[in-house]
Amino acid sequence: MTVDWIWSNLPRITELTLNHIGLTVIPTILGLIVALPLGWWAHRSRRSYPAIVGAASLLYTVPSLALFVILPQILGTRILDPINVVVALTVYTISLLVRVVADGLNSVPHETVQAADAMGYRAWQRLVLVELPNAIPVIAAGLRIAVVSNVSILTMAALLGIPQLGTLFTQGFQLRLYVPLVTGILLCVALAIAFDSLIVWLGRLLTPWRQKTVTA
Amino acid sequence: MIFFDAVSKMYPDGTVAVDNLSLNAPNGKLTVLVGPSGCGKTTSMRMINRLIAPSSGTISLDGVDTQSMNAVQLRRKIGYVIQNAGLFPHRTIVDNVAALPRLLGGSRKQTRMHAMELLEHVGLDSSFASRYPWQLSGGQQQRVGVARALATDPPYLLMDEPFSAVDPIVRAQLQDEFLRLQADISKTIVLVTHDVDEALKLGDQVAVLRTGGTLAQVASPADLLAHPTDAFVADFVGSARGYRALGFVNTDDSIPVTPEQTVTLGQHTSTIGRTPSRWILAVNAVNQPVGWVDVELIAGDIISASDLNLSGTVTSAAGSVRDLLNSALASPSSRAVMIDSAGALRGTVTLHDIVSAIGQAKEARPNS
Repeated sequence: MTVDWIWSNLPRITELTLNHIGLTVIPTILGLIVALPLGWWAHRSRRSYPAIVGAASLLYTVPSLALFVILPQILGTRILDPINVVVALTVYTISLLVRVVADGLNSVPHETVQAADAMGYRAWQRLVLVELPNAIPVIAAGLRIAVVSNVSILTMAALLGIPQLGTLFTQGFQLRLYVPLVTGILLCVALAIAFDSLIVWLGRLLTPWRQKTVTA
Repeated sequence: MIFFDAVSKMYPDGTVAVDNLSLNAPNGKLTVLVGPSGCGKTTSMRMINRLIAPSSGTISLDGVDTQSMNAVQLRRKIGYVIQNAGLFPHRTIVDNVAALPRLLGGSRKQTRMHAMELLEHVGLDSSFASRYPWQLSGGQQQRVGVARALATDPPYLLMDEPFSAVDPIVRAQLQDEFLRLQADISKTIVLVTHDVDEALKLGDQVAVLRTGGTLAQVASPADLLAHPTDAFVADFVGSARGYRALGFVNTDDSIPVTPEQTVTLGQHTSTIGRTPSRWILAVNAVNQPVGWVDVELIAGDIISASDLNLSGTVTSAAGSVRDLLNSALASPSSRAVMIDSAGALRGTVTLHDIVSAIGQAKEARPNS
């Protein structure tokens, strides 16, 4: 029965998994893109740091279901539009990453930054060529949390009828079947681990200069 | 020439870091700013490349007011070396040195090649080039810091406590090498230190600042030791200034060098003959001193390495009276060992002769 169900639903499961991947990756990347300037702003000004980081963190406390329901009214989208989910998860990603980017930039050794200034780096050259590369380890660590959290929060969108792995939960619940439930959970865990490992690998690739004794 | 004209720095809370400083750092010379913490020496230095803006007064480079220049362009003309080197952790050693030339549009190949030459110039083996900063010792990182500051061949160099973070032996080594390098490149340098020994050793001129950011005295090291302007400077250059001052007096012909009877390792004791004192100098095959031998305590018939007393030091004929005196004081025979530029023995000078030479020199120049 178990294998039969999976086998006969394989195309459907594949489609849901691909949807899940897309709906996780896109908001994570969008969130990072928005969090970079916000985090930089918080890092730049000591006075605005608590306000920016505080406001960003607060966004994470908005329940996801509420956000899924409210967003269509704000954005003027249909309730079933995946854009709602993308925007909601982008908001959560921003919420997690603003502090991470700010702290990552703050973690760059003071002497390194001062040396760049004294050598005649312009502000943007210093940011792009010196500060951001050195903030990668901290940002990558935050990104791991954000992506795993997105994989999990995304399943809530099943309640709105947006197809992804969470759909297997509602389906299993309605049909009183354990197999789709367990399959969905296992695939979610597998996806989370895969994304997490991918970021660890990318982080190492981008930071060959780190001491090898540090294990992720 | 870096010229401070009545420069002050006052912070919004009323703290005065630098108070009406006027100072000239001549071209091709090394000017040291020295003083206790809170004397504004680092603030003064950072105002040169506008990391800090002066509250009043002007700083000019070869007659051009730095305020009239673009800050980025100004900084690119001034090499900067800081304590702990401040290397870029994410770049290899060679790319750290090549960073600024590369930023200014040089090709990767050309800038790296030049960086390799600079690394060699500061005494770093090419095997370090592809390593990252954390893989180097503090002293090695500091050498890279110097190479990086010289990468665009800037006419000016600012050095903020450049040798403070390394152990004393490495520090002395880095200082000696830096002096040799500077003799070669003749940059206009302003160096900040809290270490008066370093200031006296490195500086062509030394500016002593006092707490509150006022200039107490600016003079050559020898002048500073001989004529401290007030009790603060006298106290700051230290109670050993009489001895330190001898470091700026060259040995000359007025000090008699006498030939010294020598033995070689492996020589039979029966061939020594009569010696004027119980200590006799041992030399190697090319007449370089290797240590003193106590003729009354030689174990066995052959003079061996274990008979050597190694407490003595040698001094070069081109050295200072301080080196000579030190050699005599360290020697068990109280005779200073003088060598020529090849390291071969020239002769010895007795402690008595050194002291009377110092006394005569002082009488000839009663002011010093």
